[in-house]
Amino acid sequence: MTRQPATVSGKQAVMEAMPDHPAVKALEAWNPQAFTDARYDFGELTLTVAPTEICAACVALKAAGYNFFEDMTAVDWFPASPRFQLSYHILSHTLKERIRLRAMVDEPDPTIDSITPVWPGANYYEREVFDLFGIRFAGHPDLRRIMMPDDWKGHPLRKDYPVEGYR
Amino acid sequence: MASNPGAPVIDLPASETAGERRMVLNMGPQHPATHGVLRLVVELDGEVIVSVRPEIGYLHTGIEKTCEAKFYQQVVPLTDRINYLDPLSNNLCYCLAVEKLLGLEIPERAQWIRVLLTELSRLNSHLIWLGTHAMDIGALTVFLYTFREREEILRLFEAVSGQRMMTSYFRIGGLSMEPPLDWLDRVQHFITSFPEKIDEYSNLLTGNPIFMNRLKGVGYLSPEDAVALGVTGPPLRASGVDIDLRRDMPYSGYEKFQFKVPTSTVGDTWARYEVRLIEMRESTKIVQQALDGMPGGPVKANAPKIVLPDREKMKTEMEALIHHFKIVTEGFNVPAGEVYQGMECGHGQMGYYVVSDGTAKPYRVHMRYPSFATLQAVETMCKGRLIADLVAVVGSIDIVLGEIDR
Repeated sequence: MTRQPATVSGKQAVMEAMPDHPAVKALEAWNPQAFTDARYDFGELTLTVAPTEICAACVALKAAGYNFFEDMTAVDWFPASPRFQLSYHILSHTLKERIRLRAMVDEPDPTIDSITPVWPGANYYEREVFDLFGIRFAGHPDLRRIMMPDDWKGHPLRKDYPVEGYR
Repeated sequence: MASNPGAPVIDLPASETAGERRMVLNMGPQHPATHGVLRLVVELDGEVIVSVRPEIGYLHTGIEKTCEAKFYQQVVPLTDRINYLDPLSNNLCYCLAVEKLLGLEIPERAQWIRVLLTELSRLNSHLIWLGTHAMDIGALTVFLYTFREREEILRLFEAVSGQRMMTSYFRIGGLSMEPPLDWLDRVQHFITSFPEKIDEYSNLLTGNPIFMNRLKGVGYLSPEDAVALGVTGPPLRASGVDIDLRRDMPYSGYEKFQFKVPTSTVGDTWARYEVRLIEMRESTKIVQQALDGMPGGPVKANAPKIVLPDREKMKTEMEALIHHFKIVTEGFNVPAGEVYQGMECGHGQMGYYVVSDGTAKPYRVHMRYPSFATLQAVETMCKGRLIADLVAVVGSIDIVLGEIDR
């Protein structure tokens, strides 16, 4: 016996399916150009924003009640382009709901603004992504390696980094 | 930084020579009060803490990378090793995430046993916290008491899964097997006597003037700071933010259980102690409810291509044998997509982010573990206080380095 929640793909479709969703409304009111894509899948809402506007998008969502930064990480879609997907999971304590904010960054110098001005708790998470994926966060207060030794070469969670053996 | 009105923060002298008098002290990585291999670089002015910089990564094993090279079902035993004090919560969170991707319906009995075991696992985690926290403060006796009960819980884990710590009992699609016949009676026996044991700990500590002096007013964390820094679980609730994913975003059938979520508005180390103590009592109630209402039926989902068949079936049915062979050698394909499953483990909010590209191996598994974020709040809690308070604060946030370094 299996069940799958209905998938809604594409920004237009999501806006039609859930016009009253606070996060969708907030992002559309904030900047319709920078809010590029949306997807509702497995009961979770993913909102894609332009990487240059990530900080402003977080401010807009925070104002809409998504007050708690829960998690962030990256996914390496090597060899696709853009290569890196950044996933931010943001929880609302009042709405009891979680959304995923997505931004894509590409080689050769993957850089995105740090969201530590909005949520200081993102500090370690951004350091972790910097360490393991080599994505730089502009404006981060203390961008150092966190897991690997300081003199380590390479970024282990990239897909072109071997799981075992010599590099 | 906000401070607790009851305990004034010591003002640092703003003289020009202040910099010369400062000393940098390395706490750890081999320090008994750092609960593992945590290194704290503490800058001191006399005995007053100017800054605390946690240095982590000594236990980094690259579990997230390893997951990408394993079949979905092979990741389950890896998750135990992350937070080894609360193993079943790890199992549950990963299984729920993958089941969400697969759209699997889990039988009710499996869900209830999962809740029961996760609560026992939470008790296990809280017992270790209480024992080690009290030991850090200097109350050695409590450690012996809490480990006595922890041993009972580990025996229950062993009976059900064959392992004391690395249980891997929850599998994708249900449980690995039906619990042994008298197992529920053994849980009942344990849970009946457990509230008295909590009274015992409370008698040893709650009225203890030394323990109170070391904890009260120490390590204050305001609700605003706690939310901003990503603090979750008992430390967040002790700061007055009433959020518990078990109640607010229920998973695995938690909506069927009645329990209270303890909070405190004091926000100091003592409040965290009190909140956890009440949480242990509430967990006991959840376990009791699970025992009372335990439904019958299968413990595995009806999905022969995903769940391993019973041993008996495998020996008698051709189909089952083929499925067994295929699952073990090739794994099973999981529909492409990304899911995030959050849950409330002993330390706070845990989360598994699983990305699938449609093959039998996860494309990416990321774990959010509560201690990683909570560690960021140590400096806020300790700044301007005495170095002895640092030990109390680190003990009170209940960190496990396995989950920080992963």
